[in-house]
Amino acid sequence: MKRALEQALPPVVTLVLVVGLWEGGVRLLGVPAFLVPPPSAVASSIMKERTLLLSALATTSEGALSGFALSLCLGTLAGIVLSLSRRLERGVYPYTIFLQTVPIVAIAPLLVLWFGVGLRAVAVSAFIVSVFPVVANTLSGLKSVDPRLTDLFRLYGASELAALLKLRLPSAVGSMTTGWRVASGLSVIGAIVGEFVAGFSEGSAGLGITILAAYRQLRTDLLFGAVLLASLLGLALFAGVSLAARLLLRRLRARG
Amino acid sequence: MDLSVEAGSFVALVGPSGCGKSTLLRLVSGLEAPTAGTVSVVPAEVSSPATRSESDGKRIAFVFQDAHLLPWRTALDNVALPLELQGVAREEARRRARAPLGDVELDDALERYPDQLSGGMRMRVSIARALVTEPDLLLLDEPFAALDELSRQRLDERLRALWARRRMTVLFVTHALSEALFLSERVLVLSKRPARIVLDHAVELPAARPLALRSELAFVEQSALLYRALEAHGGLDEARA
Repeated sequence: MKRALEQALPPVVTLVLVVGLWEGGVRLLGVPAFLVPPPSAVASSIMKERTLLLSALATTSEGALSGFALSLCLGTLAGIVLSLSRRLERGVYPYTIFLQTVPIVAIAPLLVLWFGVGLRAVAVSAFIVSVFPVVANTLSGLKSVDPRLTDLFRLYGASELAALLKLRLPSAVGSMTTGWRVASGLSVIGAIVGEFVAGFSEGSAGLGITILAAYRQLRTDLLFGAVLLASLLGLALFAGVSLAARLLLRRLRARG
Repeated sequence: MDLSVEAGSFVALVGPSGCGKSTLLRLVSGLEAPTAGTVSVVPAEVSSPATRSESDGKRIAFVFQDAHLLPWRTALDNVALPLELQGVAREEARRRARAPLGDVELDDALERYPDQLSGGMRMRVSIARALVTEPDLLLLDEPFAALDELSRQRLDERLRALWARRRMTVLFVTHALSEALFLSERVLVLSKRPARIVLDHAVELPAARPLALRSELAFVEQSALLYRALEAHGGLDEARA
């Protein structure tokens, strides 16, 4: 209990200090609220617009989680397929790096053309941004298996499938979870960027749209609130995935 | 190099590191294919592992320098693994894995994971894993090199007892002359690369070998004989007496 308190105290102190300095500084220097709103204004704006913000959070979560789920499924599958053949890996892997380097803002309009405005385009945007770490970490994990264990499986005539399920996948889990953690944070970024371009769905606007709207109306306090929620969403996703990974690794007694 | 080993014998291979002792074991096991010459394990020729049938796999087992266990499996499940890979149902494999674990005196550690076992215990699990398929040929590549002297001697004794009971053919690669002598019926001393057999020594020691044997005159004399053969062929720097 005392240790937990000691762990939690320093970041809380930092938070209180920063918020206090921010509030005091803005008031003392008379910075206009449309440039930098004081924390108290952001807080009251979040409270006032909570229905709007919560529904935006739900929309963005849906897009980010869908994209993240796509990344987990397709990225893991791609990593497994690439690990099956050295030639295939050499032929295809360099092009998956393309996914890493493509500026998502630049191709987002294309996503609107292909998938229309709304959840699907947003999810695909989140997917494109977050899939590469999943592929790369799955692949490297599957390839870094203890060679003596590979020998052992060969010696007993294990099938390719048995080697994958009983040796290579369990060995790779540590590396794979690293990819999941990175991808979880990226998927939120991908969803917000996707919403900037493709987020005008009929019903509820996401956090990306809320940020744009607040910016156009110079409602900087609301903008800060939306950014805060977007960060919290990324953080929550990251924490959830980290926890799931820790439990899985403990079950497998592998090192992360 | 021309070497033939009689079925049911315990043969130790000593020689300088890098002379190809490990490669020899890998060739015999079929994990590597010879570039020239043939390796045959009677009755069938060793082919590439990909083309071996289940019955082939059963005949040969390999123990590596370290235990190389699957960390996510208990001792029992690690030992059951070879059977599972050969198509035995999981529960049946677990049932049959108990006996070899008993042979290495690990009955009370069945459900423990490798990270809950000492180095010597992990090595014993590794040996049990090799024995579970009741191999006709057991290949050991410096299996106890990473252990302390006391654990090593105890494992040597246990291995010797297992062999005396089961009489499988054993090829045992080691750096330690006394270990080779203590364990085997025949010690082959190899030269530096390209490896030749410089001494083929039939061990003259009683079949029952207590730990104290190592300090008896016959043991010391034969040890000296092996030592000189190694020394004459440049293998001494790596070998331990």
